[in-house]
Amino acid sequence: MYTTQEIQEEIISEFEVLENKNDQYQYIIDLGRNLPPFPEEYRKDENLIKGCQSKVWLVPILKENRIYFDADSDSTLVKGLVSLLIRIFNGRTPQEILSTELFFIDRIGLKGMLSMNRANGLASMIQQIKTFARCYQENAPSLQ
Amino acid sequence: MLSLEHYRRDFPILHQKVNGFPLVYLDNAATSQKPQVVIDALVNYYQKINSNVHRGAHYLADQATIAFDETRKKVQKFINAQYPEEIIFTKGTTESINLVAFSFGEAFVSPQQEILITEMEHHANIVPWQMLCERKKAILKVVPVLEDGTLDIESFYRFLSPNTSLVAITHVSNVLGTINPIQEIIQVAHAAGAKVLVDGAQSVPHFQVNVQELDADFFVFSGHKIFGPTGVGILYGKKELLELMPPYQGGGAMIKEVTFERTTYNRLPHKFEAGTPNIADVIGLGVALDYVQNIGIENIALQEHALTEYATQQLQQIPSLKIIGNTPNKVSVISFVISGIHHYDLGMLLDANGIAIRTGHHCAQPLMRRFGVEGTARASFAFYNTKEEIHKLCEGVEKAIAVLT
Repeated sequence: MYTTQEIQEEIISEFEVLENKNDQYQYIIDLGRNLPPFPEEYRKDENLIKGCQSKVWLVPILKENRIYFDADSDSTLVKGLVSLLIRIFNGRTPQEILSTELFFIDRIGLKGMLSMNRANGLASMIQQIKTFARCYQENAPSLQ
Repeated sequence: MLSLEHYRRDFPILHQKVNGFPLVYLDNAATSQKPQVVIDALVNYYQKINSNVHRGAHYLADQATIAFDETRKKVQKFINAQYPEEIIFTKGTTESINLVAFSFGEAFVSPQQEILITEMEHHANIVPWQMLCERKKAILKVVPVLEDGTLDIESFYRFLSPNTSLVAITHVSNVLGTINPIQEIIQVAHAAGAKVLVDGAQSVPHFQVNVQELDADFFVFSGHKIFGPTGVGILYGKKELLELMPPYQGGGAMIKEVTFERTTYNRLPHKFEAGTPNIADVIGLGVALDYVQNIGIENIALQEHALTEYATQQLQQIPSLKIIGNTPNKVSVISFVISGIHHYDLGMLLDANGIAIRTGHHCAQPLMRRFGVEGTARASFAFYNTKEEIHKLCEGVEKAIAVLT
């Protein structure tokens, strides 16, 4: 399995060939469309991360000390952003998630999207993923 | 359409590329752009006359004070207030409303009295009244909005009672563009013994406002939506009311005499202007008002009306697009939703093509709920916008629909 660092480098190289914002957004939208379908029973308020404008549902599942995510958003673009996060974090141990520094957002020129966290909730998503990881790590002995 | 296009040259920010495309700025209801004369006034102030007002015994302080006080008179004339001291400088519409909610509330609102607002208010004209009602055990009542975006005036008549202390209502909706029948509302409210605060943030930039003719008790607006700098708001209040209201904040400038036992307050307008005011931006606002008067607010209104009609007609050609707020009596604001498309996605894709609109709930969540939407896309025009820009907006929307569906 690639490291979170390697996957981020891979994402950066994919974005390097995209010449402008239109192409970038198109790519992000396509990525979102390729996310596995979201289980409808998860679409409830307790799984909701609220940005200012879009909704994101994020559900973690712990299997053998690795965290897997199901996610969806009512915004097609935000769903694409979520899919990038999932690509990096899916199947990682809580320790790996907590020690990962996300640098790809800056490097693919989407820093604006992160700073506009109130709008798309990207920053809260990242925070939530880390919070899940921290909870699992702290409760690890009792869960296993 | 009038030929106001040469004025576009006065706005340096409009002449740039965003994401590789010429900027199309259609977010004027959020804030308008600033003409060079306003930018120059700010630079000139800091380069030549920066000094604190009403305090220093020196040349610069005099210059700054004169320029500052002149702006008060300009604002007075602009909205036709009776006295310059009826113009209070604040940091924005929001602060103006909070000031009235506090000071009017302290002086005049008692338990079980009612504050009447409407379903189309900006959060800034909702939350301060909720806070007041909580503080004073008063009751907040909300006049509904009809499907076409007009106020349910019959409900207004029904809700109004001798128990109504104050009606706080927007002159123009920031989402729907609806112009409310404010004169009628004020007359009827006065007949019932209530005072009226008019939120003019979205009206003053678009048409002539005459506070004496309206007989408004309070009229509030922001400088930055009428080509002035950010950080300046206006509170107009009838002198006799302002006199009876306690100060909002304590500090410098608002006092007559301070002892540790008791402080007496300065006269109007200083009573409500504690601390060093936003001198540079106030002066900038004065220049912006001169600029508007040079063009003629009625010319601005005509141009914006023409742009809005044209844009409405063009946007309506797009089958999946629905405009929210369909009264003909509206300003240059068009809110819309597109079935199956999230407003955030639409905004981002337009931005990728250099087109700036606003998306979201526009600080009017109750109104969003009323129309059963999470948010809308909103294009809002100023007189410096062009038909060509409206074409680009429509093209951009169609392109976004193609990408997103």
